[in-house]
Amino acid sequence: MPARVLVAKPGLDGHDRGAKLVARALRDAGFEVVYLGIRQRPETIAAVALQEDVQIVGLSILSGAHVGLTEKTVKALRAAGLHEVLVVVGGTIPTRDVARLEAAGAAAVYPTGTPLESLVESLQALSTQPHASS
Amino acid sequence: MDGSVRSEAGIPLRASYGPEDLPAPEPIPPPGAFPFTRGNFPDGYRGRRWTIRQYSGFGTPEESNARYRYLLDQGGTGLSVALDLPTQCGYDSDHPEVEEEVGRVGVALDTLADVEVLFDQIPLDAISTSFTINGTAAIILAFYVAAAEKRGVDGANLRGTIQNDILKEYVSRGTWIWPPRPSLRLIADTIEFCAEEVPRFNAISVAGAHFRDAGANAVQEMAFTLMDGITYCDEVIERGRMTIDEFAPQVSFFFYTHGDFFEEIAKYRAGRRRWARIVRERYGALDDRSCMFRVGCVAGGASLYAPQAQNNVMRVAYEALASVLGGVQSMFTAAWDEPFALPSEDSATLALRTQQVLEYETGVARVADPLGGSYYVEALTDEVEARVVEIMDDLERRGGMVKAVEDGHLHRLIADEAFRVQQAVSSGEREIVGVNRFRTDESPPEVEGYELDEAGRARQLERLAEVKGSRSAADVAATLGSLRKAAATNETNLMPLLVDCASAYCTLGEMVAVLKDEWGEFVQPTVF
Repeated sequence: MPARVLVAKPGLDGHDRGAKLVARALRDAGFEVVYLGIRQRPETIAAVALQEDVQIVGLSILSGAHVGLTEKTVKALRAAGLHEVLVVVGGTIPTRDVARLEAAGAAAVYPTGTPLESLVESLQALSTQPHASS
Repeated sequence: MDGSVRSEAGIPLRASYGPEDLPAPEPIPPPGAFPFTRGNFPDGYRGRRWTIRQYSGFGTPEESNARYRYLLDQGGTGLSVALDLPTQCGYDSDHPEVEEEVGRVGVALDTLADVEVLFDQIPLDAISTSFTINGTAAIILAFYVAAAEKRGVDGANLRGTIQNDILKEYVSRGTWIWPPRPSLRLIADTIEFCAEEVPRFNAISVAGAHFRDAGANAVQEMAFTLMDGITYCDEVIERGRMTIDEFAPQVSFFFYTHGDFFEEIAKYRAGRRRWARIVRERYGALDDRSCMFRVGCVAGGASLYAPQAQNNVMRVAYEALASVLGGVQSMFTAAWDEPFALPSEDSATLALRTQQVLEYETGVARVADPLGGSYYVEALTDEVEARVVEIMDDLERRGGMVKAVEDGHLHRLIADEAFRVQQAVSSGEREIVGVNRFRTDESPPEVEGYELDEAGRARQLERLAEVKGSRSAADVAATLGSLRKAAATNETNLMPLLVDCASAYCTLGEMVAVLKDEWGEFVQPTVF
């Protein structure tokens, strides 16, 4: 069964070119993609993740608020009982913040400039690996 | 693709162009003459240089004020205020859901008190100030006017622009608040208010830039933007209170200049000609100044790349050159480290110097429209214009821009084009140095960037609390009450009421909440 991925933009940042390109590329690669769009609250993302039974939540954040918003989203997912859903983050992310995002619960981080093909490969690998208990 | 050589927007190009490609039968009118293909002014940039307007603003009003004074000291000639997302989307800094975003991509403005700090020691009657603000544009304008009133600056001497272009927000930038109909009403209110009260302030900067950065090509960018311009002008004209000549001079435009050098030049020349004709033919303008297409631009954005990021310095320089050859009135050159973070002072200064070298050393601005009459440039201008008209006609047939925004048609067109470009880059058909040509193994640069100061947010919240504690509760209630009453009907211009609210130190969030109660909120179609 193909992996189900939720793509969303938490916070107020409206730059959705990257999120939409990723959503399309994942769909073309065989993922089932739920695209939630911009300006989503972490609680909404968690509720949809639960309802749609997704394995991966992809967040796109270009506003610099990635650390706080990732923390909040991970917290909302766990609060919704989704302990095994993986969270991945892309966007305008300075190198110094990659470790901070991983500490916040991100399974992978894709800073600006990540080739789309390597992002897809990375998600394919994540979706087929047995769940590490998080 | 059929293997033919094409421009970035897909226009097929021949190996050379000749006299047969010049528009026939009439000669091209000179610069400064209708329809302004060759520029708005007979003497090009001699009479008036382009404004160097570096987009900037972050953290607290104090920090941004210091950066503005630095930029003005260094030869900047206008300010361009970047606002944080809560301010753009209508939330005060103390709203519980926006704490990560306060002061992040721009400065936070909650009340008039913040605006007073932001422009401290900056003479409001001697500079021009551009605000990249849309959803809350009317409120920010109200703050600015109220600040000027308080300082005793005559409204007639205020110069600047609010972006105030909501239609593209629904599609590509995302800082909407209310649905299209009431938003258009508020925009028409600001246009009327500016014409009457602050006649040197541009009420709207119709912005294609964000369509472009979201994925549209140069031709789509121009077509969508002119359609938006028509939608706003229709709104004002339909009210029957103003003629086109009374407000058109205060409508300006804003675009991205990306990498296809001649296509960008042709885009600006074609846009100027098309808009001039629209204003004269559709609206019956009598004054040629109403027909002028006043253009600001930004070089950078999605045309910049993360790998070998310092190459972005060259990209921005070529884009800046194309913009000047295209005849723009103001320009922002982005910093090379834009793909990673807000610019450091060093990278921001280098971006400013890029324009200054162009202006003072290359001599490109000595003669108006130096490429006028070039077989290629004239032919490409004609072709871009023809394709722009085709897209506009199609959108009109489909029921206009508001409909295209509401039914997701525009979202689809832009996402399709972004995807096409992405595939062209992936396949190597579109060649990008450092990305799919001449790649090197390198780790991303350790950019200095800008690190948000947590203490700054605390100061912002403190000032907001102070304002709330010291203002007159009765004035706040009274001014917000008048706003609510007027918003419920379509009879009163809301701008003077918003200025009253601002002067009473109502917060931005309070004004937005009142209007949300009356007008509701927009829901975006999620097309990808």
